[in-house]
Amino acid sequence: MKTLLEARGIGKRFGGLQALADVSLTIREGEVYGLIGPNGAGKTTFFNVLTGAYTPDGGGFAFDGGELPTGKPHRVVARGIARTFQNIRLFRELTALENVMAGHHIRTRAGIWGILIQNRHTREEERETTERAYELLRYVGIERFADTVSRHLSYGDQRRLEIARALATEPRLLALDEPAAGMNATETGRLKALIEQIRGDGVTVLLIEHDVKLVMGLCDRVAVLDFGRKIAEDVPAVVQRDEAVIKAYLGGGKHAH
Amino acid sequence: MNELAAAVPWLGKRNPAAARWLILILAIAAPLIAWQFGRSWVRILDFALLYMMLALGLNLVVGFAGLLDLGYIAFYAVGAYTFAFLASPHFEVHLPFWLVLPLGAAFAALAGIMLGFPVLRLRGDYLAIVTLGFGEIVRIFMLNLNYPVNITNGPQGIGMIDPIVLFGWDLSQNLQITERFAINSLFLYYYAFLACVAGSILFIRRLQISRVGRAWAAMREDELAAKAIGINTRNLKLLAFALGATFGGVAGCLFGAFQGFVSPESFSLMESIAVLTMVVFGGMGNIAGAVIGAFVLALLPEILRHIAVPLQQAVFGHVLLDPEVLRMLLLSLAMILMMLLRPTGLIPARARYAHPENLHRSSQP
Ligand SMILES: Nc1ncnc2c1ncn2[C@@H]1O[C@H](COP(=O)(O)OP(=O)(O)OP(=O)(O)O)[C@@H](O)[C@H]1O
Ligand SMILES: [Mg+2]
Repeated sequence: MKTLLEARGIGKRFGGLQALADVSLTIREGEVYGLIGPNGAGKTTFFNVLTGAYTPDGGGFAFDGGELPTGKPHRVVARGIARTFQNIRLFRELTALENVMAGHHIRTRAGIWGILIQNRHTREEERETTERAYELLRYVGIERFADTVSRHLSYGDQRRLEIARALATEPRLLALDEPAAGMNATETGRLKALIEQIRGDGVTVLLIEHDVKLVMGLCDRVAVLDFGRKIAEDVPAVVQRDEAVIKAYLGGGKHAH
Repeated sequence: MNELAAAVPWLGKRNPAAARWLILILAIAAPLIAWQFGRSWVRILDFALLYMMLALGLNLVVGFAGLLDLGYIAFYAVGAYTFAFLASPHFEVHLPFWLVLPLGAAFAALAGIMLGFPVLRLRGDYLAIVTLGFGEIVRIFMLNLNYPVNITNGPQGIGMIDPIVLFGWDLSQNLQITERFAINSLFLYYYAFLACVAGSILFIRRLQISRVGRAWAAMREDELAAKAIGINTRNLKLLAFALGATFGGVAGCLFGAFQGFVSPESFSLMESIAVLTMVVFGGMGNIAGAVIGAFVLALLPEILRHIAVPLQQAVFGHVLLDPEVLRMLLLSLAMILMMLLRPTGLIPARARYAHPENLHRSSQP
């Protein structure tokens, strides 16, 4: 299969703390790739570096055959990488629909002049943005809450909304940071189905998750981080039996669920 | 207009169409009513319209994009001085109004970008302090640029500014309809300003329910998340500063032409604060709020002045409290009452960021 994302020797330091050390990994087009590891292993930091929120101290990313700019979030999104956050970050005062519509910003072009005179292109684009937002809300199963202010949504629905908003940027790689955190078994089951559907529709998924069952059931391959280093990368069944991985989880004293 | 109609008490909810007509009729009839109380009241209405434009522009920066700006009046100054430079005996230049107006707007927008660049990374208190400083710098420039080369004429200001002349029609002259009936110049200015305010509302409303308005809202709600969906926050902040400043610049041009005289005094920090108070008082982030906030807080102090000054004279024999002091007192009082009773503003309507025509009917609000 074709390589979609290649991380080469990514390093990131926070003062005296080496959050990421020489992390290299390859994600293939169309797979669900898991990124696991004990608390504080550097998983979220990897997301932040990948999506341009932080600049790496060393290394770089190749995405879809080209170098990925570092430290420029909007250009990363334009290239086709979208993310969600570990602690949900919605536009709280906006409705669900408006949240998703905002996500479509980067794929639209209307300028100030077009908006002022409301030319055909602007009106057409606006209509498409709205229609697409409804579609995506339906896709993640919360269309009935389209007009609900997002902070009033239930926790699980907020997570789904965040996924819909990320999908509105039309990504080729969707990076999910612990999407099942705080969900009960039924909600997690539905989330699993959703992620499978997203993959089925041709979007590659990079998944950070503590829920071992979800990771094992969903991921084609898994990488394990520990203290900022990649200690394993393979299919779930092999990683599960890896000595270093077992030691990392037990040694850290912090079990995954 | 719809938001404004919805804000009409009682009628707004029941019959929006009627409420819209009511607003339209009131807007057109307002100077006629004010005339009954004396011509100075029509003048006050004219100024209220200028304040509306300022409040609308500032609301775009503070309410839409979430960037606290305490030096907004600087753009008003840039517009007013541009007009004074290019259409007065000061430099012996008399460019036509339709040429100076876009220039004033453009210079103000440029000033907006100049302010925007250094404050891109600032937020909250820091942003407030730098913008406040910017406003003061502009005023002090106007105050002191009369030496060694006299550009601004310093504290004396610039007078005898050309009036607004549209297609050879001078708004500062009463319009003679028949021999015995003429429309006072103050009315002409009122309707010209009203047209500008209406145009501003239309434009700002269109901005709000566009991809730009949504991007501003996203940035205001959560800057990090906005970046994560690909919003170029740098450009959008600059755009907010520039567009907000444009409205200030246009209002400034109108002000210069209307008043015929500009001086640094008119652009003090207190004016910036007054406009911000109008925005907050009306309800930040919604257009109707800015309009009504400006209207109420531009009119109330004048009413107070007309009552308080004679009253003080009658009671104490002289004026104890200067009307300007009273105005500040009133604005502060309005703010305090607002914070206590209605922290989201007079009209706390939630702004919409999608075109109502495109919304599906099935989903209930
Ligand atoms: N902005 C920052 N400044 C300083 N230290 C940071 C910053 N972000 C992360 N860290 C530190 O880097 C290390 C890795 O954090 P990170 O959030 O990437 O872990 P994680 O693998 O996502 O953990 P969790 O499973 O708890 O979410 C932690 O020790 C964390 O405290
Ligand atoms: Mg994390």
